[in-house]
Amino acid sequence: MRYLPKSPDERRQMLQKIGCASIEELFDSIPPEVRLRTPLALGRGQSEPEILQYFRARAAENTREEACFLGAGAYDHYRPAALDALISRSEFYTAYTPYQPEISQGTLQAIFEYQTLMCQLTGMDVANASLYDGSTALPESVLMAMRANGRRRVVIGRSVHPEYRQVLTTYLQHQNITLDEIPYAESGQMEETALADRMGADVSAVVVQSPNFFGIVEDIPALAARAHAAGALLIVMIAEPVSLGILRPPVEADIVAGEAQSCGVPLSFGGPYVGFLAAREKYVRSMPGRLVGQTTDADGSRGFCLTLATREQHIRREKATSNICTNQALCALMVTIFLSVYGKEGLREMAIHNLSKARHAAERFRQGGARLRFSGRYFNEFVVAGIGNRPRVKERLLEQKIIGGLELGSYYPELDGSVLFCFTETAGQEKMDQLVQIMTE
Amino acid sequence: MSDQDIRKAARHVSQNEGLIFELSSPGKAAYQLPPLDVPMVDPAEALGPENVRAELEGFPEVSEIEVVRHFTRLSTWNYGVDTGAYLLGSCTMKYNPKINEVVARLEGLANAHPCRPESLAQGCLRILRDLSKALVEITGMDAVTVQPAAGAHGEMTGLLLVRAYQQAQGNPRQKVLIPDSAHGTNPASATLVGYQTVSVASNSEGTVDLAQLDRLMDSEVAALMLTNPNTLGIFERQITAIGEIMHSRGGLIYMDGANLNALVGVSRPGDFGVDVLHLNLHKTFSTPHGGGGPGAGPVAVKRILEPFLPVPLLRENADGSLALDFDRPQTIGRVRAFVGNFGVLVRALAYILANGAEGLRQSTEDAVLNSVYLRQLLEGAYELPYRAPTLHECVFSDKKQARHGVHTGDIAKRLIDYGFHPYTVSFPLIVSGALMIEPTESESKQELDLLADALLAIAREAEQEPETVLGAPHSTRLRRLDEVQAARRPVLRWKPAGRE
Repeated sequence: MRYLPKSPDERRQMLQKIGCASIEELFDSIPPEVRLRTPLALGRGQSEPEILQYFRARAAENTREEACFLGAGAYDHYRPAALDALISRSEFYTAYTPYQPEISQGTLQAIFEYQTLMCQLTGMDVANASLYDGSTALPESVLMAMRANGRRRVVIGRSVHPEYRQVLTTYLQHQNITLDEIPYAESGQMEETALADRMGADVSAVVVQSPNFFGIVEDIPALAARAHAAGALLIVMIAEPVSLGILRPPVEADIVAGEAQSCGVPLSFGGPYVGFLAAREKYVRSMPGRLVGQTTDADGSRGFCLTLATREQHIRREKATSNICTNQALCALMVTIFLSVYGKEGLREMAIHNLSKARHAAERFRQGGARLRFSGRYFNEFVVAGIGNRPRVKERLLEQKIIGGLELGSYYPELDGSVLFCFTETAGQEKMDQLVQIMTE
Repeated sequence: MSDQDIRKAARHVSQNEGLIFELSSPGKAAYQLPPLDVPMVDPAEALGPENVRAELEGFPEVSEIEVVRHFTRLSTWNYGVDTGAYLLGSCTMKYNPKINEVVARLEGLANAHPCRPESLAQGCLRILRDLSKALVEITGMDAVTVQPAAGAHGEMTGLLLVRAYQQAQGNPRQKVLIPDSAHGTNPASATLVGYQTVSVASNSEGTVDLAQLDRLMDSEVAALMLTNPNTLGIFERQITAIGEIMHSRGGLIYMDGANLNALVGVSRPGDFGVDVLHLNLHKTFSTPHGGGGPGAGPVAVKRILEPFLPVPLLRENADGSLALDFDRPQTIGRVRAFVGNFGVLVRALAYILANGAEGLRQSTEDAVLNSVYLRQLLEGAYELPYRAPTLHECVFSDKKQARHGVHTGDIAKRLIDYGFHPYTVSFPLIVSGALMIEPTESESKQELDLLADALLAIAREAEQEPETVLGAPHSTRLRRLDEVQAARRPVLRWKPAGRE
């Protein structure tokens, strides 16, 4: 086997040194009745060309499109060439959690930069070293809020990503916490009067996503005022952080969490992605996950190390703030490089391009006689009413190598026939116009 | 001991580098967007002035060469598996094959949107199907979910399955038994699922104390969480008896698969009584650790737990096409958005294909051979608190060196000077001053001999010149970091000068 660096003779020498007659003897501690007596039914080992062939064939089965207008928590933004070149440095990707800071300063400094960028982007004071993804960042945020104020009820907008809400329900099912869902208004924003009705002294947190699942920008200052008036925390989820290139950061929130895939992580059929979690400084000791802090070495030079580990499972075991062990370091590195390349002006410009593309597409839909389902302001996604559930239209799109939007009926029965579209800077005007033309015919 | 005596490593110049923010100055840029092919929109007009931010305060403005040098320089401050032996016990820092990286980046896989219609994602689904089948075969279980994002996430998923199963039997039960040698994630995951944890002491052999297990196992215990081989590298010889105690009283066995790399092709959890286990694809199946993630933690189960698996679950239609099944009334729900860490799953399948049955078994054999060989070379110089036979890893203690004031953490720091990434320090908790060493199958005899020489030299240094060990590392760009200061006055982000 080509990954194994030993000759048969070296194996013999080693066995001799140990004093074993055979490799079999090394496994004598495994009782014979539970030993495997036949080879695994997995076939022979394959060469690189064969492996490539297998995966190329699978990629080809996926049907190659020229344009895809899906968003819904996974966004296609251009990843600069430098990004993949840099994350392919194997000192980054073949290292592990930086337990030994003296030989892990590369990872540690990059995470410190990532934490800083997430704070700058969200307007929060502190950010952790990342979580699995946006969907798991939601329950981690909710559990964090409950640790902070000890309350047992959470109100959450129905316009928060449906799969995130499903994951939240799974996490909370044995935590004795009540989840209340707040409907959306005609604007697509959280229904404020319904929120007001549901608030009370037992509410731990109000959870809202902005831009929400429908692409609509929420009124964060108003929601924060409602939450804070009842002594609850406001958790703002963000699934499309490129929006923060132009959108005002949710500075009134207590916790801002979400998915940072859109900043440089490949779509990769849903993962690996990277969850982020940022918060007000006073909540730092309730935070889940790794944190990197600045310090000095024995000579007084600046350096970085993992810190505040007394919150974590390897120290606190059953009393830890979360069961999470590591972060998503390599994906967080992608985010750090992506945001460094685009930087202050680039992220803003990219956000304006997204906004402009989406505006253009919406205008075309209107001209084609279609109606936007919601009246609120949107960033790069919006919902068009009454144009879904038409297999013939889908086929026609595919003939033009276009994957259209997401049908909302399976997530929201009341929105059956509505379709969620996403237009990033990668969307070409010609394909957008073609999409709208086919969809509105 | 002078630097000349260190055979594996030599000092070399490394570049200094500030934070990316410190390289910034207004007007520099590393990007260029294509011309906008639609009319440009004014953000304040489109979004309302109240929703628009003035600027991204503090964000870097740097050129491409600066970004490239910045992260390249940072990378040279790291030590990876590609640099040399990476001895972290239980972390299984084995070689990450390069073909895995190539196939995960294939256009058509890397660019596939997770919401693609199933009919246009058959290639992705076939990869999931082929991997699932291989994992079922390797573990001897009946079904698998590939949704969990990491080992700890798999633990939570597995315990939710246990709870759902017990609930369906009429009582979810209150407790989960966890040996005192277990990873900290085990009790943390059990708490998340609403279980009380009860610690099971290890016996003098380092394995589960059967008599104590027998006393603790009652009708309120839902499951035993067992790591096998355990964190001492010892196989639970009494596994059949453990299974009888648990199963005869309605309990289940959850196996933490962190150490499955000691068993692949040799013994299958499904054949020794395990009901549910998670696998760490980033350990046993070679996907890169990435500096601390991403990983993947699929969960394999016996038939009795299958109805409760998370949605969506992969389903094969009568015509051979694949679909995602959401209609599973007894499911515990979804544990993650979309299907899972697909890119990690791709790499794991590439590894399984490259090895085949024979290669996987030989990898297991070599992993154990390496570990036992190293144990043989180090015994005598380091105290071995548990003498039972070990498989893929072994745990020494610093008892002999502690007499000279040198502890496991110091030995680890000195090992850095010798050119190695240290072992896991001070874990498992049942060994005072633990050195937990896992060489994996990826190390050659030459690398192991150098490693043994280094650890033997450090043992001598501990006796003869302990200050050399206590002051280590001497060769790194930074000396020991002040972790107390970092925690006492946390600085968790950069701020511009004058605003710290």
